[in-house]
Amino acid sequence: MVNPNVQGKKYPETEPYLVGREKIREFAKAVFSTNPINLDVFAAQAAGYTDLVAPPTFAVVIQERSLNAVLSDPEADIDFSRVVHGDQRFVASRAIVAGDELTSVLTVASVKSLGAHSMITFNTEIFDAKKELVSTAISTLVVRGGE
Amino acid sequence: MDILSLTVGQEIGSRTFHFTRDSLVKYAGASGDFNPIHYRDDFAQSVGLDGVLAHGMLTMGAAVQAAVDWVGDSGKVIDYGVRFTKPVFVPADTGAEVSVTGKIGAIDIENKTVRVDLSASCVEVAVLGKAQAVVKF
Repeated sequence: MVNPNVQGKKYPETEPYLVGREKIREFAKAVFSTNPINLDVFAAQAAGYTDLVAPPTFAVVIQERSLNAVLSDPEADIDFSRVVHGDQRFVASRAIVAGDELTSVLTVASVKSLGAHSMITFNTEIFDAKKELVSTAISTLVVRGGE
Repeated sequence: MDILSLTVGQEIGSRTFHFTRDSLVKYAGASGDFNPIHYRDDFAQSVGLDGVLAHGMLTMGAAVQAAVDWVGDSGKVIDYGVRFTKPVFVPADTGAEVSVTGKIGAIDIENKTVRVDLSASCVEVAVLGKAQAVVKF
């Protein structure tokens, strides 16, 4: 069982992540994007962006880094081999573009039990170098209880 | 595209994706999610699964492309959420086909946003629930 006392716990800001053009291209191809602004710098600039635009789910790369802090936190006591992704949402203030330097702060929004299972919801707020909010990633993991 | 010309229920198009083990390895590298249940059958079976399954986030990331293609600008998707309802198993030999369709679920003229409701299925079974992408006009 996930420790219910971690509800409300805020984890330290992650180190800056520099969004690279090639990472955006790699991610865009992996999710089968054919949108030119994800793949072609000139197309992105013609559409009014400073550089390549990351696909809508790219923020998961940043979320993954902040989640590692919780998954390795002995206080939270999460058995990663029993984790199933329940749901996921991204709320964007603006699109992530190549050249962004992003940090994130993760908060445990809730811990609930559902029979033998636990459901833990995280909010990862992602900020740019000016400390302005770029995106919030909201993720619920289901941790299956023992058989 | 003019928001006033749109109607609730209108179809926005569809996409079909063929997921292979190569797709899963590429997504693992691109996203940093190297959970071996997404590329090793022996490991997947050791944790009680029938075999290797696709990253839920790959299905989520691919499904939204139907909405992106429709609006033509991925940066206009300002809110996107899904529930992972069923796994997509990806056999090494045949791969798996995921079909995505989308239709307009709601139109907010005042805020200039349109909610696109996406359906994603594999072998006729829905693999995402409540998949909704809000597009800014």
